[in-house]
Amino acid sequence: MAKGRRRRAWNLLAAALPRLGALVTVGLLAFVAGYVLWRGLPGLSWALLTQEESVLHGQVGIAPCILNTVYVIAVSLAAALPLGVGAAVYLTEYAPRRRLAAAVEFAAETLSGLPSILYAMVGSILFCTVLGLQKSLLAGSLTLAIMTLPTVIRATQESLKTVPRSYREGALGLGAGKWRTVRTVVLPSSVRGIAAGCILAAGRVVGESAVLLYTAGLSTAMQDFSSLSGLVKASGSTLTVALYVYAKERSDFTTAFAVATVLLFLTVLLNLTAGAVGRRR
Amino acid sequence: MGVLLAACALAAVVFLLLIALYLILAGLPAIRKAGLGEFLLGTVWDSTNAEAPRFGILPMLLTSLWGAAGAVVLGVPVGFFTAVYLAKAAPRPLARVLRPAVSLLAGIPSVVYGLVGMCALVPALRAALDLPAGDSLLAAVIVLAVMILPSVIDLTTTALEAVPREYEEGSLALGATEAETWLRVSAPAARSGIAAAVVLGVGRALGEAMAILMVAGNVPNMPGLLRSVRFLTTGIAIEMNYASPGSLQRQALFSIGLVLFVFILLVNLLLNRTLKGRKGA
Amino acid sequence: MKEKDIIKARDLDFFYGRAQALRHVTAAIPAGRVTALIGPSGCGKSTFLRTLNRMSDLVEGTRVEGSLTFHGEEVFSPNVDVTELRRRVGMVFQKPNPFPMSIYDNVAYGPRTHGRWNRAALDDIVERSLRAAAIWDEVKDCLKKDALGLSGGQQQRVCIARALAVKPEVLLMDEATSALDPISTARIEDLILELREHYTIVMVTHNMQQALRVSDKTAFFLLGELVEIGDTETLFSMPRDKRTEDYITGRFG
Repeated sequence: MAKGRRRRAWNLLAAALPRLGALVTVGLLAFVAGYVLWRGLPGLSWALLTQEESVLHGQVGIAPCILNTVYVIAVSLAAALPLGVGAAVYLTEYAPRRRLAAAVEFAAETLSGLPSILYAMVGSILFCTVLGLQKSLLAGSLTLAIMTLPTVIRATQESLKTVPRSYREGALGLGAGKWRTVRTVVLPSSVRGIAAGCILAAGRVVGESAVLLYTAGLSTAMQDFSSLSGLVKASGSTLTVALYVYAKERSDFTTAFAVATVLLFLTVLLNLTAGAVGRRR
Repeated sequence: MGVLLAACALAAVVFLLLIALYLILAGLPAIRKAGLGEFLLGTVWDSTNAEAPRFGILPMLLTSLWGAAGAVVLGVPVGFFTAVYLAKAAPRPLARVLRPAVSLLAGIPSVVYGLVGMCALVPALRAALDLPAGDSLLAAVIVLAVMILPSVIDLTTTALEAVPREYEEGSLALGATEAETWLRVSAPAARSGIAAAVVLGVGRALGEAMAILMVAGNVPNMPGLLRSVRFLTTGIAIEMNYASPGSLQRQALFSIGLVLFVFILLVNLLLNRTLKGRKGA
Repeated sequence: MKEKDIIKARDLDFFYGRAQALRHVTAAIPAGRVTALIGPSGCGKSTFLRTLNRMSDLVEGTRVEGSLTFHGEEVFSPNVDVTELRRRVGMVFQKPNPFPMSIYDNVAYGPRTHGRWNRAALDDIVERSLRAAAIWDEVKDCLKKDALGLSGGQQQRVCIARALAVKPEVLLMDEATSALDPISTARIEDLILELREHYTIVMVTHNMQQALRVSDKTAFFLLGELVEIGDTETLFSMPRDKRTEDYITGRFG
């Protein structure tokens, strides 16, 4: 009794669809990456990356945007890290009451699913207006800190969970208190996972544009990072915002694609680093 | 110390409450002034009309709905079958290369997709379908579908790889083919992971603003595949920078934000209930 | 019933890559009888069992030389429809592996795969198979219940029912009771004796008492070689080969 015709046909289809799907996916993603590189690489130059733009000298440069991106990554992580690690430590190590833990997990999950435009709105009111920070990289970074908080919490939790119970029991058995155990034994063992989580969060920050567009400003001019007040007031576009500005507002596609290429490399770099950091155990 | 850490954990809850609270406080006035019915079901959005502004968001609401649905209908099947390929059908050396490559692309900033959409997809649509401008709902749906592919694939592949080998062996020993085993045993066993992937895809599609801003045309028409349209997210994004603080227009934008917030919460609840609830009768 | 050998191996060699797992195995499996494969761990008995329904194909890099026939046809010939072979030669695994579905869907899986979709026919097949596996009375009122909710012994009997549902001629049992408690083991041994009349059973077991209790013919494997094969009582009471005697008397294994 050979396989029925219907069954054979079904199997032909069922075996073909995965290959087809993979082909479509790889094709699309290769096209996106390829197109960006094709149009972006010609415009990319060392000058572009290290200069600032100047209408006077007729030059284009995205160095300010790169610096702004670094600023935003640094400040948002600096804000999110203590809060996120603290929250994760509390949830994993201090065994809080079920309802509290459930509430925090629900809040974190909901926060991570909210559209960035909502963060942009609320962030611009809360940080720019109410706290008086005006449109600034600082305001944007703080908004992004809230946005990436769930990522940091989750990565830290996962990392803490892999630390063997025996480590904790060993320390507690020697008379160390809870916090001391966490600080000296548990956290050091989970540094890799937390670091990987931070890099993932940095990736999200780099990729974010809507929030910054409305909280941090559009300027592509070099900001003053030399003084504290300069740091607080600095307002400008990061790489992603700059891409939007160059493409949509100024129709300068050469630069836009060059920025896109830089972003592509940055994304790949961050992803590979996160993988390498997290993997070695 | 425990108290300090608990405070960190509560920060997430506080932020969520803050956002919700603010959206409600800032969003209700305009809804009250325009009337809930007119707001939700009104088909005209004319916020800058000084004498008789109209604030009907139905076109944007429906556009967000159809846009997300379209992206999911296109993206989830392609993503699912690609995941089957990566997890089961592909030769292992190939899968080892492709898998990280695909998940790497999940980190590409949305503006980059928007840029490619703007410069490659939109002109192509214009030429192929003989349209005055290629900016349309169709362009947005395609861009969204490509954007959600990497995350859907990543989650689904993980879920499929986690299916115990015993189930697959049992199926093969009964005389089923590999394809029959993947689709009738492995995929159902991975149900909850696949559901999570779909929920994520829907969430991303509903929340995206920047990429859509660059390809959808941004006119608040009732949705039509080839028409220029405005989503709820882009509705906010487009006018946010020039709505003066305190004006009715600004308040109306917050109302859209409130609707978006509630919409996303509802969709998440609904999807979680129907998709994940089906596991384990 | 005509006494016939339905599976015949002649000089069968089996390789995992470069390692040889079976050496010149020559054996005949009689129809309608229970044949036990015994031997210490790693002796090749499970490998041999898995060649009978080509589940050995699932491992990459395996190679077969020599002859293995089922009803006279070469099992490893490229013309063979493997899915049909596996329907006719069913398998029950060491660890019960019901699918995460209802009991009904588990048992109906095989028939559905092979083209039977008629609801009434399936109901009939499911009942018959569960009866044949001596578990119908225990589950007839909760067929829609998740199979994973059953006890280990019950799960294994559902797996047996599932294997029987496609009406195989041969049932392969790969240490099918070693993961179960003594009572479940006894029930399944009784089941094997019942099934014997209608099926050919080949079972791998590391429990010699089980082989004695249940089987008609026994084959002793050692380091990939089939050392001795013959009538069970004879093999155990008067083994021809010294290695067999050593194993049976517990000197190793």
